Formats: sequence, C-alpha cells, structure tokens
Amino acid sequence: MSKINKKKHSPGGLLLLILLGLASFGLLLAFLLRGKNVALFNPKGLIAQAQLDLMLLTIIVLLVIALPTLFLVFFIAWKYRESNQKTIHHSGTRHSKLLDLSMWSIPTAFMLVLAVIMWSATHRLVPQKTIAADAKPIRIQVVSMRWKWLFIYPDYNIATVNFVQVPLDTPVQFDLTADEAPMSSFWIPNLGGQLYSMTGHVNRLNLIADTPGDYPGSSAEINGAGFSGMKFTARASNMDDFYRWVQEVKQSPEVLDTATYDGVLEPSENNSVAVYSAYTKGLYDRVLTKYAGSHTQRPAIYEAKH
Amino acid sequence: MKELLLGKLDGNALPHEWFTIAGSISFILLVIITALIITRLKRWKWLWNDWLTSVDPKKIGIMYFFVSGFMLIRGGLDAIMLWLQQALSSGSSQGYLSADHYQQIFTAHGNIMVFFVAMGFIFGLINYIVPLQIGARDLASPFLNTLGFWLFVAGVVMVNMFFLFGGEYAATGWLAVAPLSGKEFSPGVGVDYWIWSLQISGIGTTLGAINFIMTILKMRAPGMTLWKMPMFTWGSLCSMIMAVTVFPLLTATLFLVFFDRYLGTHFFTTLGGGDPMMYTNLIWMWGHPEVYILMLPAFGVFSEVVSTFSRKAIASYTSNVLGMIGVSVLALSVWLHHFFTMGAGANVNAFFGVMTMIIAIPTSVLVFTWIATMYKGRIRFDTPMLWFLGFVVIFAIGGIAGVMLAVPPVDFQLHNSLFLVAHFHSMVIGGVLFGIFCAITYWFPKFTGLKLNERIGRYAFWCWMIGFCMSFIPMYILGMLGATRRLDHYDASTGWQPFFVLMLIGGIIIAIGVALQLAQILASFIQKNRLRDTTGDPWNGRTLEWATASPPQFYNFTVIPHITTRDAFWEKKHHKLPKPAYEDIHMPKNTAAGIYISIFAFLVGFGFVWEIIWLVAVSIIGIIVVFVVRGFNEHPEYTITAAEVQQLEETRARKDLAVSRPEKHDDTDEDMGLWQLIGIVFGFAKDVIRNKRWRKW
Repeated sequence: MSKINKKKHSPGGLLLLILLGLASFGLLLAFLLRGKNVALFNPKGLIAQAQLDLMLLTIIVLLVIALPTLFLVFFIAWKYRESNQKTIHHSGTRHSKLLDLSMWSIPTAFMLVLAVIMWSATHRLVPQKTIAADAKPIRIQVVSMRWKWLFIYPDYNIATVNFVQVPLDTPVQFDLTADEAPMSSFWIPNLGGQLYSMTGHVNRLNLIADTPGDYPGSSAEINGAGFSGMKFTARASNMDDFYRWVQEVKQSPEVLDTATYDGVLEPSENNSVAVYSAYTKGLYDRVLTKYAGSHTQRPAIYEAKH
Repeated sequence: MKELLLGKLDGNALPHEWFTIAGSISFILLVIITALIITRLKRWKWLWNDWLTSVDPKKIGIMYFFVSGFMLIRGGLDAIMLWLQQALSSGSSQGYLSADHYQQIFTAHGNIMVFFVAMGFIFGLINYIVPLQIGARDLASPFLNTLGFWLFVAGVVMVNMFFLFGGEYAATGWLAVAPLSGKEFSPGVGVDYWIWSLQISGIGTTLGAINFIMTILKMRAPGMTLWKMPMFTWGSLCSMIMAVTVFPLLTATLFLVFFDRYLGTHFFTTLGGGDPMMYTNLIWMWGHPEVYILMLPAFGVFSEVVSTFSRKAIASYTSNVLGMIGVSVLALSVWLHHFFTMGAGANVNAFFGVMTMIIAIPTSVLVFTWIATMYKGRIRFDTPMLWFLGFVVIFAIGGIAGVMLAVPPVDFQLHNSLFLVAHFHSMVIGGVLFGIFCAITYWFPKFTGLKLNERIGRYAFWCWMIGFCMSFIPMYILGMLGATRRLDHYDASTGWQPFFVLMLIGGIIIAIGVALQLAQILASFIQKNRLRDTTGDPWNGRTLEWATASPPQFYNFTVIPHITTRDAFWEKKHHKLPKPAYEDIHMPKNTAAGIYISIFAFLVGFGFVWEIIWLVAVSIIGIIVVFVVRGFNEHPEYTITAAEVQQLEETRARKDLAVSRPEKHDDTDEDMGLWQLIGIVFGFAKDVIRNKRWRKW
C-alpha cells in the first residue's frame, strides 16, 4: 500500500497536474478557435444578440451557485480525509433544522431568480413576435423538402432554393412549413435560434440582421439520408444590394410553375442554389392545404381548389 | 406460397454490405466459440440449471451485468465508428460510411446504451442489492423477475438481429421521431426492428418494475419502516414507480407506430389527419422520466458510497429522500423542454422551463446532503469515492448546460446542436455510468467475494475522466460553433475538423479505460488470495447487505434480521449477536418458463418485422400455453429444513476459514500493477505455447 499512500499524501501535486492539463487543453482549444465563426458568440442581429445575452446571464447565475458548491465538495473531501490527523472527525450526525432549511432555500432562491429572468425573456423573445423596427417587415415563405430549402418572396414574386437574401435592419418573417418531408428545423445560428418546419403547419420565425455577410443555415433536426447536405446560405446586404439582387433574380429564365415545383419536390441531396423569376400564384397555400385533415392518401384538395 | 411461409424474408435480406457482413460474422463466431467452450468444459447442464433457469435475483443480477457489459463494448464500438467518421469526413472527404450507415449506427448506439447498457446495469444492481438491503430472501414474484430478464435478452438479440437478416437498422435517431419513422420516409425493416426490440424489452422493464415495487413495499424485514430504508433502496423504489408510470406509455406509443406502419392507420403520419407532434409529446413523456429512472438508483449509490467512505450516516436523511421523491414526481412534468422549438406559445414554453428549473432544486439538495455527510467525516479515497468525485465534476458541467437548455430563448440556439449532445452525455456518462462503475466497485466484494484491484482501477478512472473531457469539451464548443448533431459530413470551411479529431482521441482514451476495467477484473482474480473478503464486510459498511457472507448464501439470510434503526448493520456491529436459531427456509424453484416465453416473444417480434403471420400466431399461442402450464404448477417452492441450513452454514464457515487462514498472502504487499499483469498474461501465453498446452484442451 505504500505507493498508493504516498500519492494520497500529495493532493497538491495532483491538483497542480490537473490544473496544468486543463490549462494546456484550454490553450490548445483557444488556438484551434482562432478565426473561426463561433456562431453563438458572433451574433449578427438583434435576436441572436438578445439570445446570447440571456445565455451569458444564465451561465453567470448558475456559476455563482455551482462554483462554490464544487469547491465545497473538494475542500471538504480533502479536509476530512482519513489521514488528516489535525481535523476533528465525528462519526455521528447531528440533525440540524437550519442545515435542512438552507439546503432547500439556497437553490430555491437561485432558481427563483432564474425563473423570473426566464419567464420575461421567454415572452420578450417569443419567435412568433414581429420585431419592432423602422423598416416594414419583409415576408419570406419557407418550405423544407427532402433535402433542400425553398424560399418564396410573396412581396417580390420570386423564389429561390438553398439561398436567401435579406436586407439589413429590416425585420424578416420566415413562415416555415414543409412538403413531403419529415420535421426539419430551420436554423441560422448567426441570426438567431431555430424553429421546426412541419407539414400542414406554419411556424413564424422573426429574425433580423444588422451586419452584412453570408451566414450558414441548415436543418438542425434529422430528416433522412440527405440531412447533412441540407444547407443554405443566408446573405444579409443593404437595401440597394437587396433590390439589385431581386432584379437579377427577375432576369432568371426559370419559373417555378407546378411542374417545376413537383420536380423540386423530388428527393435529392446536396442541392445547389436555384433562383426562379416568378412562381405560380397560391403555391404556398396549396402546400399547406395539402395536409389539411384530408382522409385520403393523396390530397384531394388540389382538385377541390383548382 | 413463399410469401405465406417467409413473408418478406428472402435472399436480399441476407447481409451483403461490409459492415453487416462483419457484424454477422462476429455475431456467429461469438455464438460458436462460446458454445464450443461450454461444450468442451462440459458446462451446459451447469449453465442451464445453475444460471439460465435460476430465479435467484443475485444470479439474475450477475447475468444482467454480463449482457450489459457486453453491450457496453458493442455500443462503445459504435461510438468510435461515429467519431472516426466525423473526424474524417470534412470537405471533399466523405469518410468511410454512407449517410444511411452513419444514421443507423447512431440510432443503434443510442438504443443500446440507454436500454441495454444503462437499464441493464441498473436492473442488475437492483436485483442483487435491494433484496439484501431490505433483508429479504427473494423477490415478491421470482418468476416475473426471470421473465423480465429474458425479455430484456430478447430485446438485445432483436436489436442486433439486423446484422443477420435485413441488413438495416432504424436510421431515425434513438427515439425514431415521426413522421421520419413512418412507412412513407422509412420503408425498410429498420424501424420495425427498433419497434420490437424496444417493445419486448420495455414490457420486461414494466414487469420487473412492478415486481420490485411489490418487493420493496411488502417484503422488508420486520421493523424496517419506509423511513429506515437504505438510500439505494429508496432510489430504486422511486425509479421503479416512475418506470411503472411511464413504460406503459412507451408500450402504447410503440403500438401506435406499429399500427401506422402495418395497418396504414394515421396516428403520426403527415397525411390523412395524422399528427407527428403528438408522437413527439408521447415519446418524450416517457423519454424524459426514463433518464431519471436511470439516474435515481445512481443517486442512491452515491449516497451509500459517500456515507460508507466518510464513516458517517447520511446527513439529512429526510432531505435526501425527499429530494429523490421530488425529482421523481417533477420529472413527469418537464417533457416539453425537449421541443421548445416546435413552436408552442410563450406561456407553454415558459411553464415547462420553470418546471425544469424546479427539478434542479431537489437535485442540488442531494449534492448538499453529500457535502454535509462528508463534513467532519473520516473520508477514505478508495476507487468508489473517486468515481463519486468524478461524477460531481461532470454532473455539475452537465447540470449547468441542462439549466441553460431549460431557458427557451437560449434553447432555440442550442437545441439539436452538439452542445445538447454533450449535455446529455455528461448526465448519462457522468451521472449514470459513473454511478454504475462506482456501484460495481463498491459491491464487487459482495458479488464475488473479492475486492477489485485498486491500482488498475485508478488508472481506469483517470482514463475515463481524461477521455471524457477530451471528447466532450470540444463537443460543447462545436455546439457553440453552430454544429448540429448527427452530421455525417461537413464543409471544410467550417473549420470543425480539429475538434472532431480531438473527440476521436478522447474516445480512444475512454476505450483504453474500458480495457483497463477488464484488466482490473482479471488482475483481481489472479490475486484472489490477497483480495479475498471473508468477513462479508470489507468496507466497514452500514447497511444490511454487508451482514451477509460475500457472496451471500442463495437464501441471503440464515435468519431474517429484526430492524430497529437506519443503517441497521452498523448498529448491529456494535452489539453482540445472539447465536442464530436456524429455521426452515422456503425458496422458489428454478423455472425455464421465462426463457420459453421470451423465445416466443422474440419470434412474435421477428414475425411482425418480416410479416410472417403464421409465426406470429404460433408464437402467441406458445406464450399463452407456457403461461397456462406455468399457472398449473402448484409447487413453485421448496423447503430447506433447519438442519440443512445449519449444515450449509457450517460448510460455508469452514470454507471461509480455510481460505482466510494463510495470513501471509502472496509475496507482494500491494495490488498488482498494470505491468505486472501484462507480464503474467505474457508468461501464461508463453507457457501455453512452449509446452503446447492447447493439446490438452
């Protein structure tokens, strides 16, 4: 036992070793993170910024209770080690009402603080809420398919696949739905948190960008074989560039009519960007009504409406 | 005609891809080699009579450990394969797995680790320890217990069956979210294997849980009131009550998915008025409590270990118990925090956020009671205590991450990212698995009569700790970088590759840790004379299980003890025990009915997977027949007379005396180190080869 005992007598050495290891690991990670887009700490819009602030606040509140607790565990374990002759050891336990009370009230107090923060933040940052801004909001209808994202601009009568451009400082309303696809999750980490897109439902996600740039977007929810390749780019640009881009799209020879739409709907992986200068009216509504409680295998709604 | 006989099963179902071929070859080889060894050693009869048909919860517990230990390695290999793919598959490189294979592997990894590793170990522990802790000789229904175990085994076989037939497992994630798991998006047999593997083992879990609740409530030794029960028993009771509450929900949900896939109903489909969101709710109503079903017994283990190694009774027993009860009640009302992102309104999301924060309160109380227990204790740092300290660190990190995820607006950013994956691995590895390792090290002397080798145990612990940090800290960071979970490929421009490589290295270190744990067990058996425990109480324990011999007699207690206090054994140790007056003992007879029923249940599942209707019909009839026959067995018990008990006890005492007599053990005075073990293993191998010993075999 001699060797083991020797090790036990030097918890300081062990502690030093652990700290050294953690520090060098931390340095390595920091080195690897240089110049990377740490999306969650690199917000490019109001929503992402608010979500980051809330996250940091939560971490701070939690660390205030967690760090002392962790310290206490290790300090007490070390102080009352068997080999420590200088400490008083007690084998009995005295029951203390005060101890019980503090054990329950301290975490309760912390969680109460957090709950209050959380309750108001949840209402403030509800994704369905329109963002207050000077500019008039722009609507974008999003259809997730296997395995690509279709973006429809009802205000401009254009559509795109796997690419979405939005003007700066303008609230964007993404109306998320899906067509012939399992649940997917629409996520642009630099601009803000995600929501699910599901067949027969519209989930409205309000986002806003304040810095020009290209931001990666993807499906965060597993939805089949082409899942990893279901990526898109969200470009934020100033208003002029945005209008120029809309005009460019309008020049595209491709039009998203019903036949083209059915082609896009076919499952395909790692799709490249496509732009459509126009689309058939009522396209998005048809995607929605297709799933509206019909009890036949294939939607009869198509015929009913048209 | 062929369809009538074999359903969908045909030549295409045989393995023809490299990983299914490799899987089925190792599957078949393993069975053949095991069978050969057993035949060679002439142990078939012994195996059948002493183990497989046994209703002794101690033996069933050990069998759970074997199956789960084996599955831990199987699921661990999956993890390494996943990490390897992610480390390789950046930019132009597509890695070595297709997206479909990759998705099947993470689904299987999740199912195996949760259902067949964590659940199996927890049930094994409860089987072995709870009857001993409450002073019972067996369970309320020994038959139900063996049935539960064999249904669990049927689930294990079912989850691996795709290697042999069909070549595909579900590629849907471990909970097979709808509508992805519907026939429309997953037409193959993978999801069907998933359904029946979970269905069969889940029913086994429900039966087992009912049995343990009955046992704990009705079979405690006289004098042991609920408020005198040991902590592990409390944790198990809470856990089993939760299991009975939510597992039927899983069963029902799985049946609905099954109806959707087989009968064309529309519970969770996108078309025909189905509601996939309903599935998400139902599966998480079961899925969240499931995590706590695993966690609560682990909390109980830590309470026992901290108390024993601090040489103090648990501080604030009442708070600790109320903490566990609180966790188990609240755990039923937090499920929606798994999908804040589905689009519910602010009030709904905020309500479930608050509930999740409330559940952090009793959890913190548990940690505080452990600190209070250590306070002024006399703490020894044997390996079980190391696992506890490791648990505290990882659990704190995971807990912070968990509460962050409970704030809906923050969750919108972190949900479905690798941050989330790192969080729940912190909870399940740091909490449940470390709890299991802690428990196995702590109770190993009870299981085998040997203490585990401490030195190699420490190495294993440090490998787990370092490997964990190395693989999961980068995972938290990847989540912050915006990496979603379950990616089989990512762009080189993201710059994520170095982090995935670090994760792979961490995974390899954990694998070394597992190898060391196996080495630890081997080294302990080599040094068995030194590590033997003849007292039955190697740690100076407090609870009743330490009052029995190590390992206990099959009837556990010669005389059922009368309990007057908590920590019953600790108090007894300080009083003189009266000489036991032997009495007749009634014990349940072994039965193979559980095995037969499970074989039929497996065939029902297999028949449904391949749509072989006659097989399903025959098997269901088979189950009923076995039940009825078993029901007419009027003598499921036998009696050991007092004289026989006395004889057994005396034989045992003589045996214990004989092995404990040599005061000088081996020439060494400490546990064997790793190099020494390697030396012994090599020496043995050299001896075998040089002297051609295999000829004798």
